[in-house]
Amino acid sequence: MAAPVDSVGKPTAERSPFNSTSFQKKTRSKLISIPGTRPSVQNGQLLVSTGVTSLDYLLGGGLAVGTVLLIEEDRYDSYSRMILKYFLAEGVVCRHELFVAAAQDNPDDILQELPAPILDDVAIHKPVDQPRLSCEPQDSLDAMKIAWRYQNLPKVQSALASTSRFGHYYDVSKTMEPEIRQAAKCHRFYLPEHPTQTSATHSPMIESYSALLKSLQEVIHREGFDVAASMPRSRNILRVGLHSLGSALWGDDLSCHDNPRHSHALTTFLYGLRALLRSSLSVAVVTVPSHLIQDRALMGSITRLCDNAIALESFKGSERETNPLYKDYHGLLHVHQVPHLNCLANQLPDHKDLAFKLKRKQFTIE
Amino acid sequence: MFTELNSILNSTPDSFTRKEFVLLSDRQSDASFLIHHFLSFYLRARCKVCFLGLVQSFSHYSAISQRLGVSLTQAKEKGQLIFLEGLKESLSILIPQEGNAESQAVDFLRDPTVGLRCLYEFVQSSLSSSGGGEDGTEEWGPPVLLVDDISVLLSLGVNAGAVLDFSHYCRATVCSQLQGNMVMLVRCDGEEEGDDGDDEGPELLLKGLTHQCSLTLHVQGLPTGYCRDIHGQVEVCWRRRQGDGQHTQKKLFQYKVHDKGASFFARGTSSAVL
Repeated sequence: MAAPVDSVGKPTAERSPFNSTSFQKKTRSKLISIPGTRPSVQNGQLLVSTGVTSLDYLLGGGLAVGTVLLIEEDRYDSYSRMILKYFLAEGVVCRHELFVAAAQDNPDDILQELPAPILDDVAIHKPVDQPRLSCEPQDSLDAMKIAWRYQNLPKVQSALASTSRFGHYYDVSKTMEPEIRQAAKCHRFYLPEHPTQTSATHSPMIESYSALLKSLQEVIHREGFDVAASMPRSRNILRVGLHSLGSALWGDDLSCHDNPRHSHALTTFLYGLRALLRSSLSVAVVTVPSHLIQDRALMGSITRLCDNAIALESFKGSERETNPLYKDYHGLLHVHQVPHLNCLANQLPDHKDLAFKLKRKQFTIE
Repeated sequence: MFTELNSILNSTPDSFTRKEFVLLSDRQSDASFLIHHFLSFYLRARCKVCFLGLVQSFSHYSAISQRLGVSLTQAKEKGQLIFLEGLKESLSILIPQEGNAESQAVDFLRDPTVGLRCLYEFVQSSLSSSGGGEDGTEEWGPPVLLVDDISVLLSLGVNAGAVLDFSHYCRATVCSQLQGNMVMLVRCDGEEEGDDGDDEGPELLLKGLTHQCSLTLHVQGLPTGYCRDIHGQVEVCWRRRQGDGQHTQKKLFQYKVHDKGASFFARGTSSAVL
């Protein structure tokens, strides 16, 4: 989010003198009220994890709330899809709400393939009762007893561990258990279910994108993710995952022609998306099949309208696969852009070109 | 406000040249730190400032200005700063809803082919009224127009010709008529010598604006590649019209952006190297 954390934390702080716990600094304690978030060390932004711990590190600790992460897909969209799933799985574990939009596969399919979290010390809530948000400070102790069941650890201690825990590890060889998955509140947008009517406006956006933007705005308003809205309930984060924007299935011809007719549709959409996210407690991951987009200048303006940008390049099908230099890795990851919100200097990673590998269970970047 | 840049440009908030059109540009790098410099610079100089913030939210600019020692909220209350928050204004047009008060200034989003007349009218009306001071308000200095990322207009579907028209009109009004200053940021990607890139939007815009302006600050990445201690180089180019024709002067500096400012140094004299 573009607003500094202070303004976000205020409403919660006003009504919760109880919220400061002994192990947190007093100034920071009000921020912990949203599980799965932490303030940035550098500029006080509220961060959420991408689900891949090594990617968090690259992006300066995590994704700032209110920003967009652009992932340029690899050739077969296998690894970019995996990062998107990690991002959503992290949201499920942290009990954030999800918004998934896709044109190719049904969002339900994407959700069914989420990787299972590795639960050595993390307590996972099971939806036994009506899921209550754990961060209501007044009755937090009671709420924990009612809504949370823990597997290994004593109750109070593990609750603290899981709310303050930032980023989890996942086992990609297994999918997440359905009951964990269903505990998360999820909004879906599947393009074929939204009949688009052709209108005669001169707006640069095409109908599929404006329908998506509209549905996202409805969710944000209805569920109260607005920063401005005074919230009676406790706050939560909305995680937005948008799959393969700009592909032909969205009705966009960016990737089909050298001179697309709707060349400004995606950029206009991203502009609107940024406007929506900056005024709400949400964070988005967008994947774009950039190798299909011929126009590099266009790709540059797409990148600039997102806050973070990384590109994946897998070795599958390229001659690099047999190069002994890369024999341990599955592809390369390039950091194209890191955000600098609310500060002049941005946190630059040590290197901008890295390699990633998919171990039997875990995705890592080196 | 970066004092080192002030000494390079030979200007202070108390004395600066008027009628200047400063162009900030970048290529595969990020020049937006310079826009914050000029924003705080002109606010300190007690100018009447119209800021078109098209790419970021108000709180972003406000938080950075706070670090540079200027409060945007106060300036706005005093009437010194007129801030157009493009992101906020555009939402009502991109997602039409009943009963929403629509802003005229970003009307071009509805149909980008009509051009930027409404945006220009917004600039004109907000800066021309500065001569007033009748109802007890403070008197402000010369008007200044700042645009953060004019190239985003291209992404929103406006063609480069219309943007050049807009900047020309603004220059005529702000620089010539009202004797003020103008600062614009334009960003473009891609290689410098594109074979067929000449007729493309961002390149055309950059060329056109370079032709119009009187001072350019062009930010580039280091030619030798990415480095943690030196963030890039900035080329400062003055164009002065003197008695015997055009006279240009160029200087090249390397820079590093810090938390609360930026340092500029001659090539190869970074403290990390020496």
